Amino acid sequence: MDIKRVKDYIYWLYYQYLLITCSYVLEPWEQSMFHTITVTVFAMVVYTAYVFVPIHVRLAFEFFSQIFGGQPESTVS
Amino acid sequence: YMKTDRLYKRPFNEAFEETPMLVAVLTYVGYGVLTLFGYLRDFMRQWKIEKCQNATEREEQKDFVPLYQDFENFYNRNLYMRIRDSWNRPICSVPGAKVDMMERVSHDYNWTFTYTGRVIKDIINMGSYNYLGFAQKAGTCQQAAAKVLSQYGAGVCSTRQEMGNLDKHEELEKLVARFLGVESAMAYGMGFATNSMNIPALVGKGCLILSDELNHASLVLGARLSGATIRIFKHNNMQSLEKLLKDAIVHGQPRTRRPWKKILILVEGIYSMEGSIVRLPEVIALKKKYKSYLYLDEAHSIGALGPSGRGVVEYFGLSPEDVDVMMGTFTKSFGAAGGYIGGKKELIDYLRTYSHSAVYATSLSPPVVEQIITSMKCIMGEDGTNVARVQQLAENTRYFRRRLKEMGFIIYGNEDSPVVPLMLYMPAKIGAFGREMLKRNIGVVVVGFPATPIIESRARFCLSAAHTKEMLDTALKEINEVGDLLQLKYSRHRLVPLLDRPFDETTYEETED
Repeated sequence: MDIKRVKDYIYWLYYQYLLITCSYVLEPWEQSMFHTITVTVFAMVVYTAYVFVPIHVRLAFEFFSQIFGGQPESTVS
Repeated sequence: YMKTDRLYKRPFNEAFEETPMLVAVLTYVGYGVLTLFGYLRDFMRQWKIEKCQNATEREEQKDFVPLYQDFENFYNRNLYMRIRDSWNRPICSVPGAKVDMMERVSHDYNWTFTYTGRVIKDIINMGSYNYLGFAQKAGTCQQAAAKVLSQYGAGVCSTRQEMGNLDKHEELEKLVARFLGVESAMAYGMGFATNSMNIPALVGKGCLILSDELNHASLVLGARLSGATIRIFKHNNMQSLEKLLKDAIVHGQPRTRRPWKKILILVEGIYSMEGSIVRLPEVIALKKKYKSYLYLDEAHSIGALGPSGRGVVEYFGLSPEDVDVMMGTFTKSFGAAGGYIGGKKELIDYLRTYSHSAVYATSLSPPVVEQIITSMKCIMGEDGTNVARVQQLAENTRYFRRRLKEMGFIIYGNEDSPVVPLMLYMPAKIGAFGREMLKRNIGVVVVGFPATPIIESRARFCLSAAHTKEMLDTALKEINEVGDLLQLKYSRHRLVPLLDRPFDETTYEETED
């Protein structure tokens, strides 16, 4: 019973995605093309975030703490 | 600055909630995706990868100036065709409160339709302009019309000026004049033609037409055909109208600076795409101050507004003598066809001779005339049956609008207008709403570009005195379900105060969040 509700909810979310991006009105082959492109772009965004965001956040944190802390820090941490 | 608080005898509640920013952005995203796929399909059609099923030029004409490359045709091919099954649905019974519809399917994505042969019965009809419920196949109107049909036949075969002036037409015109409270009236066979053929007879070159932004195509066509100068004022905005009038009186005609021969203000009683009611007291005050003429198109408001159904003039408690030309149609509240113009006797006698409709168009068919006469007498209460249709419509309107607002939809327009536009915004939801409501046995009209601005697509409900409370409750339950399914409840209960009135003069229940 719960599995059915979860599946219905996920289907409803998929339906909202179809409506918002207007892929609801496209023909099936157009929909497949659109889903492929969207999933690819989304995967690339997630991978880029995973690889680069922690390093950038750490560097930014060190930069700002150097400005406000005022203590000389070695460039190699 | 006009003191407007003394002109209105009752509160004027009109609201147009602002589009939420996220919804507008997502709508543009949706249209962007559709445009990209439209370019892709057009490319495939041009390079013959896909069969082209829409209209194109012939092979010999391929080097000429292209006919089908503007935005309207692009939109038509690539969006309208995909959701076309929500429009032009064939109905096969009288369009009363419930209607039967022929079922049709499409196997090639709406380019062609085939009928399955089944008839979907008893669909609740929220799309017909049947405001007072006179679209019936039984009852006094139908019996009177059948009797006249057996006496006079169906065709008239002539124009009003030749042999087509029946005694029924004279009776109808006297009745219409009495109903409206004007001196004289004239009836025409088609409502659109009443506007487009009579405005050229009233104004010409050297005259000025001040027309509302959202006027109907018939008024725009009539204004353009007349050859007068046209200036547009913002929708229902009296400051904009006053500024235009002042400029017109002060500066006169563009190059010669001569005074304008006539200034005609074109407004409608109820605007059917917005559900808003014209601010008639202020328009009449402006008209008197600047000595111009007023043409009021009451296509949707005659029979639907006012305590006894006499239209928007009675709704505001004004005198019909203040409006110079009162035009209306019989198609909406009277369940017939045709239009009328009412006014002073000199004006109508002039129109009888000089109107194109009177000279060239066939006059109204006799059973239709009898339907109008019977329904008008029924509204006036003269035929003995005491059916309080106007009150029923007003109750239905208030109830329906209140419930929809409570559910959280964005509804445009005035509290008292029986036309209820419900905002959809996203293009995929236009098609989805129409189809989901038909699955639940409710027929609605959805509207998109080009009848509305491109992001403001809507579903338009037309209430009727024939709807019982049970039908409205069923419809509201289904609308609630579909609203949850499609996530249409955008309202944040933030009513934008109407810009041309100071804060304390409008009454609205909720303030900003």
